[in-house]
Amino acid sequence: MKRHPLIRLLSVAVAATTLAACSSGGAPTAAGGTFTVWDPYPQFDATSAWAKVVDKCGADAGVKITRQAFDTTDLTNKVLLAAQQNTAPNVLVVDNPVVSTLAEGGVLKSNADTGLDAAQVAPNLLAAADVKGQVYGVPIGANTLALYYNKAVLTAAGVDPASVKDWASLDAALAKVHTAGKKGITFSAIGTEEGSFQFLPWFWGSGANLTDLGSADAVAALAQWKSWLDKGYAPNSVIGNTQTTSWQEFATGEYAFAENGTWQLQKAKTAGFDYGVLAIPARTGGAAPAPTGGEFVTVPAQSSPDAEKTAGKIASCLTSPANVGDSDTALTYVSAVPSVQEKQVAAQPELKVWVDAVKVAKGRTGDNLGTRYPRISEPLWGAVQAALTGAKAPDAALAAAQATAASAK
Amino acid sequence: MLDTREPVTARPAARAPGRAGWRRKQQLLAWAFLLPLVAYLVLCYGYPLVTNVDLSLRNYTVRTFVHGGAPLVWFDNYAGVFTDPTFRTALLNTLVFTAASLLFQYGIGLAMAVFFARHFRLGPTLRALFLVPWLLPLIVSGSTWAWLLNSESGVVNSVLGWFGAGRIDWLTSPSWSLVSVIIANIWIGVPFNLVVLHSGLQNIPAEVYEAASLDGAGAWQRFRHVTFPLLRGVSAITLLLGLVYTLKVFDVIWIMTKGGPGGSSTTLATWSYQLGFGSMLPRFGPSAAVGNVLILLAVVAGLLYIRAQRRQEEA
Repeated sequence: MKRHPLIRLLSVAVAATTLAACSSGGAPTAAGGTFTVWDPYPQFDATSAWAKVVDKCGADAGVKITRQAFDTTDLTNKVLLAAQQNTAPNVLVVDNPVVSTLAEGGVLKSNADTGLDAAQVAPNLLAAADVKGQVYGVPIGANTLALYYNKAVLTAAGVDPASVKDWASLDAALAKVHTAGKKGITFSAIGTEEGSFQFLPWFWGSGANLTDLGSADAVAALAQWKSWLDKGYAPNSVIGNTQTTSWQEFATGEYAFAENGTWQLQKAKTAGFDYGVLAIPARTGGAAPAPTGGEFVTVPAQSSPDAEKTAGKIASCLTSPANVGDSDTALTYVSAVPSVQEKQVAAQPELKVWVDAVKVAKGRTGDNLGTRYPRISEPLWGAVQAALTGAKAPDAALAAAQATAASAK
Repeated sequence: MLDTREPVTARPAARAPGRAGWRRKQQLLAWAFLLPLVAYLVLCYGYPLVTNVDLSLRNYTVRTFVHGGAPLVWFDNYAGVFTDPTFRTALLNTLVFTAASLLFQYGIGLAMAVFFARHFRLGPTLRALFLVPWLLPLIVSGSTWAWLLNSESGVVNSVLGWFGAGRIDWLTSPSWSLVSVIIANIWIGVPFNLVVLHSGLQNIPAEVYEAASLDGAGAWQRFRHVTFPLLRGVSAITLLLGLVYTLKVFDVIWIMTKGGPGGSSTTLATWSYQLGFGSMLPRFGPSAAVGNVLILLAVVAGLLYIRAQRRQEEA
């Protein structure tokens, strides 16, 4: 039988439509005393401390909990789709820069509605969830970036880590390491949010502001990164590095410095060499503000105010100082509550540099940027890539990025 | 199909109404058999396709995506996409990526199919081994290629180094990233071409080759005047399927370069994903618009194929 050309044509067309794939559907609802919790911690299975805290908090609120863990990059889209289908979870643990997007989209309930209390949380951490004076959720903890260093490599090159106080002294240290035949520094400049996240400590540390990507301070920060590649202090692979692949480079023991996060502490202990941690220096000295990482426990809009209140209770329980300590330890996060931070440092003195870094850290969506941040971050990582690959000079790349960011309202 | 060419004269008049009823029943039955397929096509292809068109004609924000009521902006998203400087790069990259992938996948696949058509010991085993790239999950192939092509510690660069070649920044240089993802995609696509072309070769009767040999045709002439023409139908379908698969390739590029650095390996497929899911603030409208442009490209390719085939049938 000869097939009709139209049918043949249609079958060609549908073969190309996998972009509009069928969604899997069937997300659970709050019916029958069962509450759902979504989190981005697939590394924690049902036997983990985190899963047990989740169950306990459900029991305290008188409901049974079904927990689902997603990959963090997947979670935003999953939540948006679920909210559209009215199948959003009752409690949502979500990456902090996403909170303002979800809040402005009307997906989340504010703390005033749910009875969540964020009074004890450090204001610089809470800023990420502050949308027009309303706060949405409570941070479970915080992480940020600092410089890990390999003691053996620095000693062999004759560098005292304490001498690294500003960009000039860091450059001098990198030059010595380079002369000694070792590799200088590795970081992640990939063309995703991770790239912007890693660039921000230098960007802010130079005095630049996200509202003006083309400023002279911003250009100075990008020129600094570019000069490291040009002089061979940093490998060319940073352009494609995620923070994980960047860490793998540092773990070879060939590198003096690595810009990476709190979450690598466990791996650092098993790296097989002596390491230390430095705050990322600002251009003229002192610690640069690094962006805050870490998730917020939030309550999505639900069918009834009662369900929202119950969800609020569960969220309060999850973030209460008594319960959150174990979760923060498991995640190697710094607590969001200053008094608990002090306890963490008392128990583990090595955490002091991280707690200090979290204290001066800034939320990416802070400064009232909110949902404008993603529209700024994307051209920013594009400019970083354009400059590091040599496609554009740092000033031209950032000027173009500023034009794009300004036009995307 | 039913054969209804019954001589009219042979049919007794009294049986006519029953015969008509039987025929109607048959027709209903035929529709009933069709129904599951139609329902499946509408649900899983028609609906997403219509939704995708609808998405591309509206201005979605996060709020309107969740709560509905996104305003209709007609072709604003398309206008925005077409005037975006990324569009030119993405379209050009898509064309280069597709053309280069098809050319080499087909060429290498055909060469290997001809090679394996000659029976020799361990031939089937070797042929089975060549299927491995096809069976591997794309995330494995993509990550492995990314690791092989790493500019600092990749195997490819150290092998090239033995021959005195300088370091090539395969994945991190804007002039090499597209080449790198094309190489990986060719490697992934060769087995498909090998399998289909090999089975096509099995269908060419041995007598034709014998006759050609008797007429004094050499190996190249046998390939040029027997194998290649008789394989034309199989080649066309291989290339068309390859075209549709390659136009929408996403995984390999995303895993290896994320479309970078600086958009240098961005294709329409990765750009569509980047717009819709690549940043924290999804842009569903423009993303769907790019997706639809991609579908249109595939449809145009399909039309060309149908036209070429019809001309061939007429000839």
